[in-house]
Amino acid sequence: MINKRSKNKSEGGSISPFAIFRSTKSQDIVFVQILKISALLVSIVIVAFLATLLLSSWPFVKTFGLKALVLRVWDPINDNYGALPFIVTTVLVSVLALILSVPFSLSVAFLTKERYLPKRIKDLLTTSLNLITAIPSVIYGFWGLFALAPIMRIIQLKFGYPPYGVGILTAVLVLTIMIIPLSASIASEVIKLVPEELEEASYALGANTYETNLKVILPIARSGILAGFLLSLGRALGETMAVTMVIGNFNNFPSNLLGPSNTIASLIANQFNEASGIHQSGLIFLGLILFLITLIFNFTGNLLILRRLQK
Amino acid sequence: MKARRYMDKTFKAGIIIFSILTIVPLFIILITLLKWGINALNLDLITKVQRPVGEKGGALNSLVGTLIITTISTIIAAPISILAGVYVAEFPDKLLSKITAVSSRLIAGIPSIVIGIVVYAWCVKPMRGYSALAGSIALALMMIPNIVTATVESIMMIPKDYREASRSLGANFTRTTLKVIMPFALPGILTGLLSSFSRIAGETAPLLFTSFGNPFLNFNILKPMSALPLLIYNYATSPYKEWHQIAWGASLILILIVFLVSITSHLGVRKWKA
Repeated sequence: MINKRSKNKSEGGSISPFAIFRSTKSQDIVFVQILKISALLVSIVIVAFLATLLLSSWPFVKTFGLKALVLRVWDPINDNYGALPFIVTTVLVSVLALILSVPFSLSVAFLTKERYLPKRIKDLLTTSLNLITAIPSVIYGFWGLFALAPIMRIIQLKFGYPPYGVGILTAVLVLTIMIIPLSASIASEVIKLVPEELEEASYALGANTYETNLKVILPIARSGILAGFLLSLGRALGETMAVTMVIGNFNNFPSNLLGPSNTIASLIANQFNEASGIHQSGLIFLGLILFLITLIFNFTGNLLILRRLQK
Repeated sequence: MKARRYMDKTFKAGIIIFSILTIVPLFIILITLLKWGINALNLDLITKVQRPVGEKGGALNSLVGTLIITTISTIIAAPISILAGVYVAEFPDKLLSKITAVSSRLIAGIPSIVIGIVVYAWCVKPMRGYSALAGSIALALMMIPNIVTATVESIMMIPKDYREASRSLGANFTRTTLKVIMPFALPGILTGLLSSFSRIAGETAPLLFTSFGNPFLNFNILKPMSALPLLIYNYATSPYKEWHQIAWGASLILILIVFLVSITSHLGVRKWKA
């Protein structure tokens, strides 16, 4: 079939007015242009996002300046826009979730590397992790609200706090479950890159599993593992639905870990549709802040991974 | 000496216990979903649309909405992402190609709620109304990274000889790419497409301010449309027992769709890489 077509092309080339599209050289030129345009479209997304967010949050910044970042009261009805509580909660929830997830993700990464482990168990582990990632965040939120919150209610009562069930700690727990697979999969990818000879040399010198993992493999894979944590932190900072459903939607400064609060993402999810004018612009400004923070973490994380892969 | 052995044993036991604990939540969540969702799985759920409390409704409109919105997202995202991926794989040394690769990775990290806001500014505001199309565009943006990566990786895995053989037979770049490279890369690209599909099928945040939701059965993509995740969010946070039931049923349907697509794509990866 290819032969027949190319024959047609060479014959019709001089007669047809569309010859220019049929000649092989101009075909290439057009095709490469199409590829270029698609690549260009993908590569301007980040810039377009930045421009849109800057433009839409400008009315807010023009009126209130940047002091919203350090004010503590959020009361749109009286034009009080203080975003500090949400920024603090966002960072607090994400960092706590990340810290809680570290022992789990490192354990998974160490375990999947071990050669004595049967392949079937490794497959079960990776498949389960893939499925944990695949669960939609709204279902995590739903589960957190109906299965985890009643347990948290008991704990809150025990410590003498109002038993809402929802709150910062509930959000942290749900978030921890959600981000473990991401950092675990990146960590195990990086650990796989560590040359086997080093591991074997370590064992040959008499080191045991504990020493080999923590004193030989961990230091070599350090930057990659760190990258995995940065990317997980980025994911945690921006996670919306699960957190929105279990954090309690409370706009004041967080007073304790068991109490309700709001992250930037959950505040936007709750108020954006009802907001208009300067209030909406203010929410977009917070979206811009969230975008910039996650962009920094993602950029650094990806840079570390790329440098690791090139070594 | 004894201390060393003790440390080693503790370490080994530790990583095994922590690894098991990691996957325990998966089973707890699945059991919870089955426990509460199985009773809600009935014909009403997939034949009736959303109704006010007390008038036994279902989730048909959301199920249809999810299928329509995700299909349109795939139609928007696939061509651009695949072509961009081909460019990155074929011209790896060009500046544009490097920027595209980095940008694609960064898109994967944009918080979903921010995508919702930006598409609101791009589509909903100028069009003066929520629409399924806006929701599809938001989800299409989320699909880009997976498809680009899958395309680049599958093309990179094809031996250079194929390309050289095709070129030496006189085929031009276009023909070589479309007729020689693409058929080999296609399984890998499809896998990427499926995995990105399973990722967006459960997304809620980008739809909140774009597709918004709609209690009626709607096929017009320029009008607001419901989707399963939107229904789950709205019903789960409502105070009504009856709506919670429907939300559990909808969650079960959603997770079945997502897991089915996700497992298919992973099986594809395994088969194709072997």
